[in-house]
Amino acid sequence: MNITEILFWLLTAVALGGALLVVTSKNPVYSVLALIATFFALSGHYILLNAQFLAVVNLIVYAGAIMVLFLFVIMLMNLNTETEPQKNKWLKLAGTIAGGCFLLVLVAALRDADSKSTMALVGSGDTGLIQNLGKALFNEYVIPFEISSVLFLSAMVGAVVLGKK
Amino acid sequence: MQMLTNRSKAVDRHPMTVWEKMYLPAIAKGMSITLSHFFKKKPTINYPEETRPFSPVFRGLHILNRDEEGRENCTACGLCAVACPAEAITMEAAERKEGEEHLYREEKYAAKYEINMLRCIFCGLCEEACPKDAIYLSETFAPSNYKREGFIYGKNDLLIPDPKKEPELYQKAVGERARKK
Amino acid sequence: MIQLAIDLAFVLEKAILIGGIISVSLLVAMYSTWAERKVAGFMQDRLGPNRAGPFGLFQPLADGLKLFMKEEIIPNASNKFLFILGPGLAMMTAMMTSAVIPWGKQIEIFGRTVDLQIADINIGILYIFAVLSMGVYGIMIGGWASNNKFSLLAALRGASQMISYELAMGLSIIALLMLTGSLSLKTIVELQSASGGWWNIVYQPLGFLIFIVCAFAECNRTPFDLPEAENELNFGYHQEYSSMKLGFYLFAEYINMFMSSVLMATLYFGGYDIPFVNDASLIESMGMNMVAVLQGLSLFLKAAFFIFVFMWVRWTIPRFRYDQLMHLGWKVMIPLALINMLITAIVVLIKENGWPF
Repeated sequence: MNITEILFWLLTAVALGGALLVVTSKNPVYSVLALIATFFALSGHYILLNAQFLAVVNLIVYAGAIMVLFLFVIMLMNLNTETEPQKNKWLKLAGTIAGGCFLLVLVAALRDADSKSTMALVGSGDTGLIQNLGKALFNEYVIPFEISSVLFLSAMVGAVVLGKK
Repeated sequence: MQMLTNRSKAVDRHPMTVWEKMYLPAIAKGMSITLSHFFKKKPTINYPEETRPFSPVFRGLHILNRDEEGRENCTACGLCAVACPAEAITMEAAERKEGEEHLYREEKYAAKYEINMLRCIFCGLCEEACPKDAIYLSETFAPSNYKREGFIYGKNDLLIPDPKKEPELYQKAVGERARKK
Repeated sequence: MIQLAIDLAFVLEKAILIGGIISVSLLVAMYSTWAERKVAGFMQDRLGPNRAGPFGLFQPLADGLKLFMKEEIIPNASNKFLFILGPGLAMMTAMMTSAVIPWGKQIEIFGRTVDLQIADINIGILYIFAVLSMGVYGIMIGGWASNNKFSLLAALRGASQMISYELAMGLSIIALLMLTGSLSLKTIVELQSASGGWWNIVYQPLGFLIFIVCAFAECNRTPFDLPEAENELNFGYHQEYSSMKLGFYLFAEYINMFMSSVLMATLYFGGYDIPFVNDASLIESMGMNMVAVLQGLSLFLKAAFFIFVFMWVRWTIPRFRYDQLMHLGWKVMIPLALINMLITAIVVLIKENGWPF
């Protein structure tokens, strides 16, 4: 067992434990914090795969920005167990069906992916490095990249328009 | 309107120029002012080590004086108590007995002499009233105390140390002001 | 049987380095509290603390002792776990920044060449941004867990302020990265200290200005100390805190200050580069270890200067109003940073490809 393996199992345990806590904890603030811990563990996995850029961007964007907004909203709404409304049983049923559908989609999508045949490049892969990633983004995938940036721009304009009303 | 003096200045309300809107020159100016204060001489006096000099007319705590041989000057004439506008001084007189000549200069002396420092306004009229040069105001403050009784100073608080027995303490208690007289 | 294949010497080396850097930054933070009060005193024509030891040098120890001895109060209505987690997070994120900063070139101990940098990852700056964005959580969690309206308001203020200024900070650094072409702090420093290379401040004065303003905002220092505005929000997000938990928050601020000073020195002022001297020839004449010490010293002097600037500004410029803060962040800093980025990009392009017309 070398350091990489030890770290892998540790990070896996943190990621799974955190993900479970997100779902099970009663207090939404705890859920958010557990989700942040999960993001950290995932970033650790990225680092193990030598995708340092992805790891850090995952932290900056998800853990640093989006989860802060989540926390903002949750803190301002002050969700407690007392204020939580009683859930409709139809809603529960709909949730179960939606979850089942998602599971089916996942199974269908992952069925063809031959996870056994492709080995993860631990510590030596270089696709996740910022130079390669940048070159790939601005050469092969430049059109989807620009289109997604236009999408973000439209979202920003929409937010400004809503804010000006 | 006619100005009485030329000291008042109208508030400048012109719209800010671009240079002023950048605020950078203003910030630099402010920073230079604070930095100049950084190197200025500090007026602080480190109190217990350094003390501010008392002015020559400072009137602090009272001292009951002795003469060169260490005898008390006070004859309990009561002029200081009469002169006191705050009625802070009380005393009881007693007659000098045989064999007490080395303690008291005159035939009569103050057996009890009390000044209430809470009443005293440190005006110095007692000092002016005294015909025997027995009381004067020194260069110390009345120290703080937890009880009101603590501010009633008796004879042993007020008396100056004996110049024969404790010459150093005597010199210290005399202070600059009495020495000048 | 599972074989543990760990390079023990490597782990030991890094552990010693981490311990050393953490204790040094704690020490610096401790004495920044002393320096803050001294500088404040001097700028206000006072002497500052001078009773505990010579020049009041033991004052931080006395302050620390006081904080340790104070009664630990956890409000009944607070969320106990998060209440304790908050200061810990603030402290941890403040310390984590030091991992990617190169403190010197190399030293040689027992035949091992040791890099004076905990981790030379090739995305050093992004790592710093990630850690900075984590810094918000310490404030937010602490403020929310106190179960106090003022603390919550202050925490929200702090979080929105930090998020807003992070953007401008990132944009100002992008311009710098275009020049250096690397995200690794070590490479950035080496480019600046190479013979014939100028410090980045020469190329990026506007970028530095934006960076320093944003650094002030990120550290919650005056003029951006709205989260802890004493006269508006009682005491800000750490109002309910006492004892060493309060100490952790205050300490984290000073560590942040130190780290951003070091960062400014590293990014714009040559890092551990000794000015006016050719480092390579110095290594030949004095030996590697001696030069490493000198380099560390030079970095510390630069950082100390910036810490002084932090304090200097604190006692010069009054606090912003909240709308002014947001106006400055979104309508002044970000456009300026964008313009700076654009100009830099044009210049870099022309330099690489020649004048196109």
